[in-house]
Amino acid sequence: MGDRAGAGGVPWRHAEPVMGTVVSFTLRHRPTPVLRAALADAVALLHEADRVYSPFLPDSAVSRLRRGELGRADAPPEVRHVLELCERAHSRTRGAFDAWADGRPDPCGLVKGWAAERAWRVLYEAGATDVCVNAGGDVRVGGAPGPAGVWRTGIADPLRPGRLLAVVAGRDHAVATSGTTERGAHIVDPRTRAPATGLLAATVTGPELLWADVYATAAMVLGATEAHRWIISLPGYALLTVAADGEARASVDFPFAPSG
Amino acid sequence: MRRQLLSVAATAAGICSLLALKPHHPAVPPVAVAPTGPGSSGTSSGGPVSGTYTGDSVDTRYGPVQVRVTLSGGRITKAVAVRTPSENERDREIAGYAVPMLTSETLTAQSAQIDTVSGATYTSEGYIRSLQSALDQAHG
Repeated sequence: MGDRAGAGGVPWRHAEPVMGTVVSFTLRHRPTPVLRAALADAVALLHEADRVYSPFLPDSAVSRLRRGELGRADAPPEVRHVLELCERAHSRTRGAFDAWADGRPDPCGLVKGWAAERAWRVLYEAGATDVCVNAGGDVRVGGAPGPAGVWRTGIADPLRPGRLLAVVAGRDHAVATSGTTERGAHIVDPRTRAPATGLLAATVTGPELLWADVYATAAMVLGATEAHRWIISLPGYALLTVAADGEARASVDFPFAPSG
Repeated sequence: MRRQLLSVAATAAGICSLLALKPHHPAVPPVAVAPTGPGSSGTSSGGPVSGTYTGDSVDTRYGPVQVRVTLSGGRITKAVAVRTPSENERDREIAGYAVPMLTSETLTAQSAQIDTVSGATYTSEGYIRSLQSALDQAHG
Protein backbone atom coordinates (compact mmCIF):
# COMPACT_ATOMS: atom_id res chain seq x y z
CA MET A 1 0.00 0.00 0.00
CA GLY A 2 1.34 3.42 -0.92
CA ASP A 3 0.14 4.94 2.33
CA ARG A 4 1.83 2.43 4.62
CA ALA A 5 4.05 3.87 7.29
CA GLY A 6 7.66 3.41 6.29
CA ALA A 7 10.02 1.04 8.04
CA GLY A 8 10.61 2.22 11.56
CA GLY A 9 7.61 4.52 11.34
CA VAL A 10 5.60 5.06 14.50
CA PRO A 11 2.14 3.43 14.24
CA TRP A 12 -0.89 5.66 14.26
CA ARG A 13 -3.00 4.98 17.36
CA HIS A 14 -6.46 5.88 18.60
CA ALA A 15 -8.17 4.81 21.82
CA GLU A 16 -11.96 5.07 22.10
CA PRO A 17 -13.90 4.59 25.36
CA VAL A 18 -17.02 2.67 24.32
CA MET A 19 -19.06 -0.42 25.28
CA GLY A 20 -17.91 -0.17 28.88
CA THR A 21 -14.27 -0.56 27.93
CA VAL A 22 -11.64 1.00 25.70
CA VAL A 23 -11.28 -0.02 22.08
CA SER A 24 -7.87 0.88 20.71
CA PHE A 25 -6.82 1.03 17.09
CA THR A 26 -3.25 0.69 15.87
CA LEU A 27 -2.67 1.40 12.19
CA ARG A 28 0.65 0.91 10.45
CA HIS A 29 -0.41 3.53 7.96
CA ARG A 30 -0.08 7.23 7.53
CA PRO A 31 -3.29 9.07 8.53
CA THR A 32 -4.65 10.00 5.11
CA PRO A 33 -8.06 11.69 4.81
CA VAL A 34 -9.55 8.41 3.52
CA LEU A 35 -8.27 6.43 6.49
CA ARG A 36 -9.26 9.15 8.98
CA ALA A 37 -12.80 8.92 7.62
CA ALA A 38 -12.72 5.12 7.85
CA LEU A 39 -11.52 5.29 11.45
CA ALA A 40 -14.36 7.70 12.26
CA ASP A 41 -16.80 5.23 10.66
CA ALA A 42 -15.33 2.33 12.64
CA VAL A 43 -15.65 4.29 15.90
CA ALA A 44 -19.22 5.30 15.04
CA LEU A 45 -20.07 1.66 14.38
CA LEU A 46 -18.96 0.74 17.90
CA HIS A 47 -21.05 3.49 19.50
CA GLU A 48 -24.04 2.45 17.40
CA ALA A 49 -23.61 -1.16 18.60
CA ASP A 50 -23.56 0.16 22.15
CA ARG A 51 -26.79 2.11 21.60
CA VAL A 52 -28.62 -0.82 20.01
CA TYR A 53 -27.38 -3.77 22.06
CA SER A 54 -26.57 -2.49 25.54
CA PRO A 55 -28.87 -3.99 28.20
CA PHE A 56 -27.75 -1.12 30.44
CA LEU A 57 -29.31 1.59 28.25
CA PRO A 58 -33.08 1.61 28.88
CA ASP A 59 -33.95 2.68 25.33
CA SER A 60 -31.74 0.21 23.48
CA ALA A 61 -33.41 -2.34 21.20
CA VAL A 62 -32.14 -5.11 23.45
CA SER A 63 -33.60 -3.46 26.56
CA ARG A 64 -36.96 -3.17 24.81
CA LEU A 65 -36.74 -6.81 23.70
CA ARG A 66 -35.95 -7.82 27.27
CA ARG A 67 -38.95 -5.91 28.63
CA GLY A 68 -41.17 -7.47 26.00
CA GLU A 69 -41.99 -4.11 24.42
CA LEU A 70 -40.39 -5.20 21.15
CA GLY A 71 -41.08 -8.58 19.57
CA ARG A 72 -38.22 -10.42 17.91
CA ALA A 73 -40.05 -10.47 14.58
CA ASP A 74 -40.46 -6.69 14.76
CA ALA A 75 -36.83 -6.00 15.62
CA PRO A 76 -34.56 -4.41 13.00
CA PRO A 77 -32.97 -6.96 10.61
CA GLU A 78 -29.53 -6.48 12.11
CA VAL A 79 -30.80 -7.22 15.62
CA ARG A 80 -32.47 -10.37 14.35
CA HIS A 81 -29.18 -11.32 12.71
CA VAL A 82 -27.31 -10.88 16.01
CA LEU A 83 -29.87 -13.03 17.82
CA GLU A 84 -29.37 -15.71 15.16
CA LEU A 85 -25.62 -15.51 15.79
CA CYS A 86 -26.36 -16.03 19.49
CA GLU A 87 -28.32 -19.19 18.64
CA ARG A 88 -25.47 -20.42 16.48
CA ALA A 89 -23.05 -19.67 19.35
CA HIS A 90 -25.23 -21.73 21.69
CA SER A 91 -25.14 -24.78 19.44
CA ARG A 92 -21.46 -24.45 18.52
CA THR A 93 -20.46 -24.29 22.21
CA ARG A 94 -22.60 -27.20 23.42
CA GLY A 95 -24.74 -24.76 25.38
CA ALA A 96 -21.82 -23.18 27.21
CA PHE A 97 -22.64 -19.84 25.58
CA ASP A 98 -26.26 -18.91 26.24
CA ALA A 99 -27.60 -15.46 25.47
CA TRP A 100 -30.93 -16.49 27.01
CA ALA A 101 -29.47 -17.68 30.31
CA ASP A 102 -31.91 -15.57 32.35
CA GLY A 103 -34.82 -16.32 30.04
CA ARG A 104 -34.54 -13.03 28.16
CA PRO A 105 -32.21 -12.14 25.27
CA ASP A 106 -28.87 -10.62 26.23
CA PRO A 107 -26.41 -10.71 23.33
CA CYS A 108 -23.86 -8.74 25.39
CA GLY A 109 -21.35 -11.59 25.39
CA LEU A 110 -21.23 -11.69 21.62
CA VAL A 111 -21.71 -8.07 20.57
CA LYS A 112 -18.31 -6.71 21.56
CA GLY A 113 -16.40 -9.22 19.42
CA TRP A 114 -18.93 -8.94 16.62
CA ALA A 115 -18.72 -5.13 16.57
CA ALA A 116 -14.92 -5.06 16.85
CA GLU A 117 -14.60 -7.51 13.96
CA ARG A 118 -16.85 -5.25 11.86
CA ALA A 119 -14.89 -2.14 12.89
CA TRP A 120 -11.68 -3.85 11.80
CA ARG A 121 -13.31 -4.75 8.48
CA VAL A 122 -14.39 -1.15 7.84
CA LEU A 123 -10.75 -0.12 8.06
CA TYR A 124 -9.58 -3.06 5.97
CA GLU A 125 -12.02 -2.32 3.18
CA ALA A 126 -10.92 1.32 3.17
CA GLY A 127 -7.38 0.17 2.41
CA ALA A 128 -5.97 -0.03 5.93
CA THR A 129 -4.64 -3.54 5.49
CA ASP A 130 -2.19 -3.45 8.40
CA VAL A 131 -4.32 -2.76 11.45
CA CYS A 132 -4.87 -4.00 15.01
CA VAL A 133 -8.15 -3.45 16.85
CA ASN A 134 -8.10 -4.23 20.57
CA ALA A 135 -11.54 -4.22 22.19
CA GLY A 136 -10.78 -4.33 25.89
CA GLY A 137 -8.37 -7.22 25.55
CA ASP A 138 -10.00 -8.95 22.57
CA VAL A 139 -7.80 -8.45 19.54
CA ARG A 140 -8.24 -8.54 15.76
CA VAL A 141 -5.19 -8.01 13.59
CA GLY A 142 -4.79 -7.92 9.85
CA GLY A 143 -1.30 -7.65 8.57
CA ALA A 144 0.24 -6.83 5.24
CA PRO A 145 2.17 -9.57 3.43
CA GLY A 146 5.76 -10.16 4.44
CA PRO A 147 7.53 -10.37 7.79
CA ALA A 148 6.69 -6.75 8.64
CA GLY A 149 2.98 -7.61 8.59
CA VAL A 150 3.15 -9.94 11.59
CA TRP A 151 1.50 -8.69 14.76
CA ARG A 152 2.69 -9.89 18.16
CA THR A 153 0.00 -10.10 20.82
CA GLY A 154 1.01 -10.61 24.44
CA ILE A 155 -1.36 -12.69 26.54
CA ALA A 156 -1.87 -11.34 30.04
CA ASP A 157 -0.86 -13.74 32.81
CA PRO A 158 -3.90 -14.24 35.06
CA LEU A 159 -1.68 -15.21 37.98
CA ARG A 160 0.67 -12.25 37.74
CA PRO A 161 -1.15 -9.03 36.83
CA GLY A 162 0.85 -6.80 34.54
CA ARG A 163 2.93 -9.69 33.24
CA LEU A 164 2.58 -11.82 30.15
CA LEU A 165 1.91 -15.53 29.97
CA ALA A 166 2.92 -15.94 26.34
CA VAL A 167 3.13 -14.14 23.02
CA VAL A 168 1.28 -15.12 19.87
CA ALA A 169 2.12 -14.04 16.36
CA GLY A 170 -0.20 -13.73 13.40
CA ARG A 171 -0.80 -11.82 10.23
CA ASP A 172 -4.56 -12.13 9.91
CA HIS A 173 -6.29 -13.51 12.98
CA ALA A 174 -8.12 -12.81 16.22
CA VAL A 175 -6.96 -13.35 19.80
CA ALA A 176 -9.66 -13.28 22.48
CA THR A 177 -9.16 -13.88 26.18
CA SER A 178 -11.81 -14.55 28.77
CA GLY A 179 -10.93 -14.67 32.41
CA THR A 180 -11.70 -13.96 35.99
CA THR A 181 -8.90 -11.52 36.75
CA GLU A 182 -10.19 -8.04 36.08
CA ARG A 183 -13.83 -8.34 37.03
CA GLY A 184 -13.79 -11.24 39.43
CA ALA A 185 -15.57 -14.52 38.73
CA HIS A 186 -18.17 -13.08 36.34
CA ILE A 187 -18.67 -16.09 34.10
CA VAL A 188 -21.60 -18.28 35.01
CA ASP A 189 -22.21 -21.76 33.64
CA PRO A 190 -25.61 -21.34 31.95
CA ARG A 191 -26.23 -25.07 32.30
CA THR A 192 -25.88 -25.10 36.11
CA ARG A 193 -26.24 -21.37 36.98
CA ALA A 194 -23.10 -21.74 39.09
CA PRO A 195 -20.03 -19.56 38.62
CA ALA A 196 -17.50 -21.27 36.36
CA THR A 197 -14.40 -21.57 38.51
CA GLY A 198 -12.25 -24.25 36.91
CA LEU A 199 -10.17 -21.88 34.80
CA LEU A 200 -8.53 -18.53 35.50
CA ALA A 201 -8.27 -17.61 31.83
CA ALA A 202 -8.89 -18.96 28.35
CA THR A 203 -7.44 -17.51 25.16
CA VAL A 204 -8.74 -18.51 21.74
CA THR A 205 -7.07 -17.66 18.45
CA GLY A 206 -8.71 -18.02 15.06
CA PRO A 207 -9.94 -16.33 11.92
CA GLU A 208 -12.78 -14.20 13.37
CA LEU A 209 -12.93 -12.19 16.58
CA LEU A 210 -16.67 -12.78 16.95
CA TRP A 211 -16.09 -16.53 17.29
CA ALA A 212 -12.77 -16.37 19.12
CA ASP A 213 -14.51 -14.27 21.79
CA VAL A 214 -17.51 -16.60 22.04
CA TYR A 215 -15.27 -19.67 22.19
CA ALA A 216 -13.04 -18.14 24.89
CA THR A 217 -16.10 -17.51 27.04
CA ALA A 218 -17.35 -21.04 26.39
CA ALA A 219 -13.95 -22.54 27.25
CA MET A 220 -14.14 -20.90 30.69
CA VAL A 221 -17.44 -22.69 31.25
CA LEU A 222 -16.38 -26.03 29.79
CA GLY A 223 -13.12 -26.29 31.75
CA ALA A 224 -9.71 -27.37 30.47
CA THR A 225 -10.31 -31.00 29.58
CA GLU A 226 -13.64 -30.63 27.81
CA ALA A 227 -12.66 -27.32 26.15
CA HIS A 228 -9.44 -28.73 24.68
CA ARG A 229 -11.32 -31.70 23.20
CA TRP A 230 -14.07 -29.45 21.88
CA ILE A 231 -11.85 -26.81 20.24
CA ILE A 232 -10.41 -29.48 17.90
CA SER A 233 -13.83 -29.68 16.23
CA LEU A 234 -13.60 -26.00 15.26
CA PRO A 235 -11.21 -25.68 12.29
CA GLY A 236 -8.82 -22.75 12.51
CA TYR A 237 -9.33 -22.12 16.23
CA ALA A 238 -6.81 -22.93 18.96
CA LEU A 239 -6.95 -22.66 22.74
CA LEU A 240 -4.66 -21.76 25.65
CA THR A 241 -6.03 -22.28 29.16
CA VAL A 242 -4.75 -21.46 32.63
CA ALA A 243 -6.33 -23.50 35.41
CA ALA A 244 -6.85 -22.39 38.98
CA ASP A 245 -3.88 -24.53 40.01
CA GLY A 246 -1.70 -22.61 37.55
CA GLU A 247 -1.40 -25.30 34.89
CA ALA A 248 -1.31 -23.87 31.39
CA ARG A 249 -2.40 -26.04 28.47
CA ALA A 250 -2.31 -25.23 24.77
CA SER A 251 -3.69 -26.71 21.58
CA VAL A 252 -0.91 -28.26 19.53
CA ASP A 253 -1.48 -25.65 16.82
CA PHE A 254 -1.65 -22.65 19.16
CA PRO A 255 0.27 -19.88 17.33
CA PHE A 256 2.98 -19.09 19.85
CA ALA A 257 5.36 -16.46 18.56
CA PRO A 258 8.87 -17.69 17.85
CA SER A 259 10.91 -16.76 20.89
CA GLY A 260 13.31 -13.92 20.31
CA MET B 1 28.17 -31.85 27.44
CA ARG B 2 26.74 -35.28 28.11
CA ARG B 3 25.28 -34.19 31.43
CA GLN B 4 23.65 -31.18 29.81
CA LEU B 5 21.98 -33.31 27.19
CA LEU B 6 20.68 -35.71 29.78
CA SER B 7 19.18 -32.81 31.65
CA VAL B 8 17.46 -31.57 28.52
CA ALA B 9 16.35 -35.07 27.62
CA ALA B 10 14.79 -35.62 30.99
CA THR B 11 12.83 -32.40 30.70
CA ALA B 12 11.69 -33.10 27.18
CA ALA B 13 10.62 -36.58 28.19
CA GLY B 14 8.61 -35.03 30.99
CA ILE B 15 6.81 -32.82 28.53
CA CYS B 16 6.22 -35.76 26.21
CA SER B 17 4.65 -37.62 29.09
CA LEU B 18 2.31 -34.75 29.82
CA LEU B 19 1.41 -34.59 26.18
CA ALA B 20 0.79 -38.27 25.84
CA LEU B 21 -0.78 -38.91 29.20
CA LYS B 22 -3.76 -36.67 28.68
CA PRO B 23 -6.14 -38.33 28.62
CA HIS B 24 -4.51 -41.62 27.67
CA HIS B 25 -1.65 -43.23 29.52
CA PRO B 26 0.75 -44.99 27.19
CA ALA B 27 4.28 -45.68 28.30
CA VAL B 28 6.50 -43.12 26.65
CA PRO B 29 10.12 -44.12 26.15
CA PRO B 30 12.77 -41.57 27.07
CA VAL B 31 13.53 -39.09 24.37
CA ALA B 32 17.01 -38.54 23.03
CA VAL B 33 17.47 -34.88 22.34
CA ALA B 34 19.92 -33.53 19.79
CA PRO B 35 20.62 -29.82 19.84
CA THR B 36 19.46 -28.31 16.56
CA GLY B 37 19.28 -24.64 17.38
CA PRO B 38 21.67 -21.76 17.69
CA GLY B 39 22.75 -22.93 21.11
CA SER B 40 24.12 -26.20 19.85
CA SER B 41 27.62 -24.84 19.59
CA GLY B 42 27.65 -23.39 23.09
CA THR B 43 30.35 -24.42 25.48
CA SER B 44 28.90 -23.30 28.82
CA SER B 45 29.34 -25.82 31.60
CA GLY B 46 26.78 -24.39 33.98
CA GLY B 47 23.73 -26.26 32.66
CA PRO B 48 21.73 -26.57 29.47
CA VAL B 49 22.83 -24.30 26.69
CA SER B 50 20.35 -21.69 25.58
CA GLY B 51 18.76 -22.38 22.24
CA THR B 52 16.10 -24.43 20.53
CA TYR B 53 16.22 -28.20 20.69
CA THR B 54 14.11 -30.71 18.83
CA GLY B 55 13.61 -34.13 20.35
CA ASP B 56 13.55 -37.31 18.35
CA SER B 57 10.25 -38.44 17.01
CA VAL B 58 8.94 -41.04 19.44
CA ASP B 59 6.46 -43.70 18.42
CA THR B 60 3.65 -44.18 20.88
CA ARG B 61 0.76 -46.50 20.30
CA TYR B 62 -1.21 -43.43 19.25
CA GLY B 63 1.39 -42.34 16.72
CA PRO B 64 4.56 -40.28 16.59
CA VAL B 65 5.24 -37.51 19.08
CA GLN B 66 7.98 -34.95 18.71
CA VAL B 67 8.63 -31.97 20.92
CA ARG B 68 10.75 -28.89 20.42
CA VAL B 69 11.87 -26.91 23.47
CA THR B 70 13.47 -23.52 23.74
CA LEU B 71 15.87 -22.96 26.59
CA SER B 72 17.05 -19.68 27.95
CA GLY B 73 19.22 -19.21 31.00
CA GLY B 74 18.75 -22.85 31.90
CA ARG B 75 14.95 -22.76 31.83
CA ILE B 76 12.43 -23.93 29.32
CA THR B 77 10.80 -20.88 27.88
CA LYS B 78 8.72 -22.70 25.31
CA ALA B 79 7.70 -26.21 24.41
CA VAL B 80 5.93 -27.05 21.19
CA ALA B 81 4.76 -30.40 19.94
CA VAL B 82 5.98 -30.39 16.35
CA ARG B 83 4.49 -33.82 15.68
CA THR B 84 1.46 -35.27 17.37
CA PRO B 85 -0.68 -38.32 16.74
CA SER B 86 -3.29 -36.46 14.71
CA GLU B 87 -3.87 -38.96 11.93
CA ASN B 88 -7.32 -39.98 13.00
CA GLU B 89 -10.14 -38.54 15.02
CA ARG B 90 -9.67 -40.72 18.09
CA ASP B 91 -6.02 -39.86 18.40
CA ARG B 92 -6.82 -36.21 18.16
CA GLU B 93 -8.46 -36.57 21.55
CA ILE B 94 -4.97 -36.02 22.89
CA ALA B 95 -5.85 -32.39 23.01
CA GLY B 96 -3.88 -29.70 24.68
CA TYR B 97 -0.45 -30.16 26.14
CA ALA B 98 0.96 -28.63 29.28
CA VAL B 99 2.86 -25.43 28.69
CA PRO B 100 5.60 -24.41 31.08
CA MET B 101 5.08 -20.93 32.45
CA LEU B 102 7.48 -18.52 30.89
CA THR B 103 10.12 -16.95 33.08
CA SER B 104 9.83 -13.32 34.02
CA GLU B 105 13.15 -12.54 32.30
CA THR B 106 11.79 -13.82 29.02
CA LEU B 107 8.59 -11.88 29.46
CA THR B 108 10.47 -8.69 30.08
CA ALA B 109 12.42 -9.23 26.89
CA GLN B 110 9.31 -10.14 24.92
CA SER B 111 7.06 -7.39 26.22
CA ALA B 112 9.27 -4.83 24.51
CA GLN B 113 8.46 -6.52 21.21
CA ILE B 114 4.70 -6.88 21.43
CA ASP B 115 2.18 -4.76 19.58
CA THR B 116 -0.82 -5.26 21.86
CA VAL B 117 -2.12 -7.30 24.79
CA SER B 118 -4.99 -9.78 25.01
CA GLY B 119 -6.40 -10.28 28.47
CA ALA B 120 -9.50 -10.49 30.55
CA THR B 121 -11.59 -7.38 30.11
CA TYR B 122 -9.72 -4.22 30.91
CA THR B 123 -12.09 -1.95 32.72
CA SER B 124 -9.54 0.70 33.46
CA GLU B 125 -9.03 3.24 30.74
CA GLY B 126 -5.92 4.41 32.58
CA TYR B 127 -4.42 0.98 32.40
CA ILE B 128 -4.76 0.64 28.67
CA ARG B 129 -3.65 4.19 27.99
CA SER B 130 -0.58 3.59 30.12
CA LEU B 131 0.06 0.38 28.27
CA GLN B 132 -0.27 2.18 24.98
CA SER B 133 2.17 4.86 25.96
CA ALA B 134 4.64 2.18 27.00
CA LEU B 135 4.19 0.45 23.65
CA ASP B 136 4.63 3.75 21.85
CA GLN B 137 7.94 4.21 23.65
CA ALA B 138 8.99 0.68 22.82
CA HIS B 139 8.24 1.21 19.16
CA GLY B 140 9.32 4.83 18.94
